Amino acid sequence: MASEAYTTGDYILHHLTNATMCSTDAGFAFNEGCKDAGFWAWHIDTLAWSIGLGFLFLFLFRRVAKKATTGVPSKMQAFVEIVIDFVDSNVKDTFHGKNKLIAPLGLTIFVWVFLMNLMDLIPVDFLPWIAGLIGYHGFGVDPHHVYMKVVPTTDVNLTLALAIGVFFLIIFYSIKVKGISGFTKELTMQPFNHWAFIPVNFILETVTLLARPMSLALRLFGNLYAGELIFILIATLGVWQLPLHFPWAVFHILVIVLQAFIFMMLTIVYLSMAHEDH
Amino acid sequence: MNINATLIGQLIAFAVFVWFCMKYVWPPLMAAIEERQKKIADGLAASERAEKDLQIAQEKATEQLKEAKAQAAEIIEQAKKRATQIVDEETTRGHAEREKIIAQGYSEIEAERNRAKEDLRKQVAALAIAGAEKILERQIDAAAQSDIVEKLVAEL
Repeated sequence: MASEAYTTGDYILHHLTNATMCSTDAGFAFNEGCKDAGFWAWHIDTLAWSIGLGFLFLFLFRRVAKKATTGVPSKMQAFVEIVIDFVDSNVKDTFHGKNKLIAPLGLTIFVWVFLMNLMDLIPVDFLPWIAGLIGYHGFGVDPHHVYMKVVPTTDVNLTLALAIGVFFLIIFYSIKVKGISGFTKELTMQPFNHWAFIPVNFILETVTLLARPMSLALRLFGNLYAGELIFILIATLGVWQLPLHFPWAVFHILVIVLQAFIFMMLTIVYLSMAHEDH
Repeated sequence: MNINATLIGQLIAFAVFVWFCMKYVWPPLMAAIEERQKKIADGLAASERAEKDLQIAQEKATEQLKEAKAQAAEIIEQAKKRATQIVDEETTRGHAEREKIIAQGYSEIEAERNRAKEDLRKQVAALAIAGAEKILERQIDAAAQSDIVEKLVAEL
């Protein structure tokens, strides 16, 4: 173990640091070696876990989709259909147009974000400990310098990436449905329909437009980061974590589903607003 | 909170996942769900139709049963009437027959009686003649005295 004193602060910091990878002049570098990498560093734990969970989601659903029967469904198919029907009814309630993208988009967001949030319920030390063991025995690295943040949604890069993806779609459909002139008009002629107010309108509407992905990203990130942090804090309490961990985990089950649902729902709402002609 | 290239990686992953979901996951599942919904709707409609058919058939059956019952009652009524009629007819005929037979019997008896009377008369005549012969001790010409005998017989 580490030679210097390992404090609670170090423990918390260790849990909140991503495993980073970057390429330097001397080849690939990890973690501390990437301090100066700036933008071109990769959080490999976030990437690995999120893409792995994404593949898990697509694998499960694709397997069911391939065997989908119109007769009596298997239990797995029934479950998948419940999820699909849930997303579909939410989309149909909110979005009244024809769009082949929105429902699968909502499904992907809902299930993927839910799976990533679900990683929060795995005891906070478990996977980092295994990663530390592998790092120590496999690569001879001090376990305190092996980082493993298993909840991808506590990484703002991921939530922001989702939000930016949604933002691109908002802009794309706004222009597709209303045309460039319509979209420009929406940005400049609202809420005050007068040419003198164009700059004011533009500022207001741009803020509104940009606030959407920002709020999407930060809401998910904030909720999950805070939840994770509380799990870590509870884990530092020694024996007192036993009565505290359970109620927080139960409460957190609500949070992870709710946040996945909110992200999906707001995506649908924003996209349906992008389809509306004012 | 450090933004780095992970963002780009996640953006690409997100796009690929959504694309895959849109292309290979959503359509077959949705098609299966809608197909099943249609099947169930068809089944329900069929069962409703069958129920209606059944109701109609039941009504028809009830009606036919009622009709059959009425017909049967009518037939029974007719049969009863006919039976009564036959009995009446037979009775009448029987009576007539009896009368006829009785009348015939009477007439036969009458004829028989008449014949017997005649016979008796003849025998009485013969007896009378024989008696007279005995009384007279002489031969009487039966033919010559037949008129007397006749008179005697007529008086019997």
